[in-house]
Amino acid sequence: MDILITGLLLGGTYALIAMGLNLQYGMSRIMNLANGEILVAGGFAAFWFWTAGALSPLLTIFILAPVAFGLNWLIYIIVLRPLVRRAKSRGQLEVDSILTTFGLSFVAVGLMLATFGGDYFSYSYMLTPVEIWGQTYAVNRILAFIAAVVICGVLYLWLNRSRAGMSIRAIAVSPDSSRLVGIDVPRLAALAFALGGAITAVGGALVSTFLTLDASTGVIFTLKALVIVIMGGVGDVRGTIVAALLLGVLETFVARVIDPGLTLAAAYLLFILILLFRPQGLFGRRQS
Amino acid sequence: MKSQEYKSFGTALVLLVIAILLPWFVGDFAVTLAVNMAMFTVLATSWALFSGPTHYISLATAAFFGLGTYTTGLGLDHLPYWFLIPLAGVLGALIAGVIGLATLRLSGVYFVIFTLGLAEMTRQIITFVQNATGQKGILISIWFEEATFYWMLVALAALIFLVGWLIGRSRLGFALRIIGDDEEVARHSGINTALSKVLLFMIPGAVAAMTGAIMAPRYGYIEPLIAFTPMLSFQVVIMALLGGTGRLWGPLVGVIPFSILWEFLSASFPNQTTLLLGLSFLVIVYLLPQGFVGLLLKIKARFGGGRGY
Repeated sequence: MDILITGLLLGGTYALIAMGLNLQYGMSRIMNLANGEILVAGGFAAFWFWTAGALSPLLTIFILAPVAFGLNWLIYIIVLRPLVRRAKSRGQLEVDSILTTFGLSFVAVGLMLATFGGDYFSYSYMLTPVEIWGQTYAVNRILAFIAAVVICGVLYLWLNRSRAGMSIRAIAVSPDSSRLVGIDVPRLAALAFALGGAITAVGGALVSTFLTLDASTGVIFTLKALVIVIMGGVGDVRGTIVAALLLGVLETFVARVIDPGLTLAAAYLLFILILLFRPQGLFGRRQS
Repeated sequence: MKSQEYKSFGTALVLLVIAILLPWFVGDFAVTLAVNMAMFTVLATSWALFSGPTHYISLATAAFFGLGTYTTGLGLDHLPYWFLIPLAGVLGALIAGVIGLATLRLSGVYFVIFTLGLAEMTRQIITFVQNATGQKGILISIWFEEATFYWMLVALAALIFLVGWLIGRSRLGFALRIIGDDEEVARHSGINTALSKVLLFMIPGAVAAMTGAIMAPRYGYIEPLIAFTPMLSFQVVIMALLGGTGRLWGPLVGVIPFSILWEFLSASFPNQTTLLLGLSFLVIVYLLPQGFVGLLLKIKARFGGGRGY
């Protein structure tokens, strides 16, 4: 029970992070391997605001989200759009975007190492224990989980109820056909990319309240987010949430019962099983 | 063989002889640099054999390299060193085959992600096993001169060039060129695309494992963090792409300048290596999408009367 709840709490934050990546990959067709670095940057921002200005991470995200949105929008327009224009096929765009975002991720790690140094950093925020069903948990984890649920919920409603959300989902299904029905694909793709980045940065701020980060941990989060996105199905919000919760529980289980050093290996095992048996994602339909 | 082929064969032979004689004419520092160059030539060329025609980006080099170093490290008590190198190659090929069967049917992104995490996962598992058994690293009891490593790697490089050349002439090579141009067409003309890709992926797997097995005594002491450095995979990708994957000799053209440049850059800016690595990726994508080979061919096409290749 204890493992299940801790795992679900962790999975909630994972869902938020993976949602950011899913927006970027599913909607704007850019496999952003620098996603984890955006997360770490968000975590750094929360850390900095907390230690320098005693600003609660839950308030920081309101500053962080628009800044990250603008920054990611600029990255898309300046760095990635030329690639989208240049690419002759989806495969070529894929290779180019993988290499570019790898490059960006290394540049980001390098810059963060230069500014913040290679130390681990953490801060204690809301480290008060609460009791649920006879077990104690830290408040910060629960707060992060609630924030993640709220943001995921808003995003889900926006994607499913609003006109812009519907257009974005249309792009995910078929970019070519959505052009035919008058959707401005380049503008919305940039929007989806920026939004994905903002969500990831917010996820980073929330994660930093209860996990220790350092400048080069980004890649681990990128990997986990990728595993979740693929497991849940590209462009599928519901699948992402289920997959994230599943991964959270599995990781917590492995860390408690076997060895904390094996969490990534566990995520990997899940990934291999998905690749072998359901490459289209948990709820995806098999493509012909 | 046509006369053009005799000419390239002759050039290759001359270059090989020069490469073999090199350690007698240069200083110790240059030999150490040459060992690195030879190692990256081997890794990048075998990487390009697979990734050039298929456009799959493999980041598994570090995992196979680590597998090789551990083969030497664990096997040295029971078997002679000379036997362990081909053994590492066989193991690498087998594991690459299994991985290929699981992932190469799917899109390129899945493959990249899988190979990216492979080294990290293997490292976690080995660390776990070591912690469980109470063993730390492995000491390697044999030792060679730098030049010996260099000659072993040059021999391996020569072997790879030979294999690459033979593949280029074979049915497999022909099939791969078609897959590289258009996979759909290849499938319709009756080529088993998945099998061809798996077979080809076994080459860099085997080669990286053999390289690791060769290099293990140079480290003297191996532990997971040394054997599975993710940096290695990225360096190989950069060097191969910098040279260009369209020709067999392409990666070599990337390895030589990059190794020298990297040696000096990482000596002058030891804390900024990650940043520099990132910038190299961006330079390749935006300025040299076809690598040096593409650049050379373009220049040749402009000034050489438009004959090109």
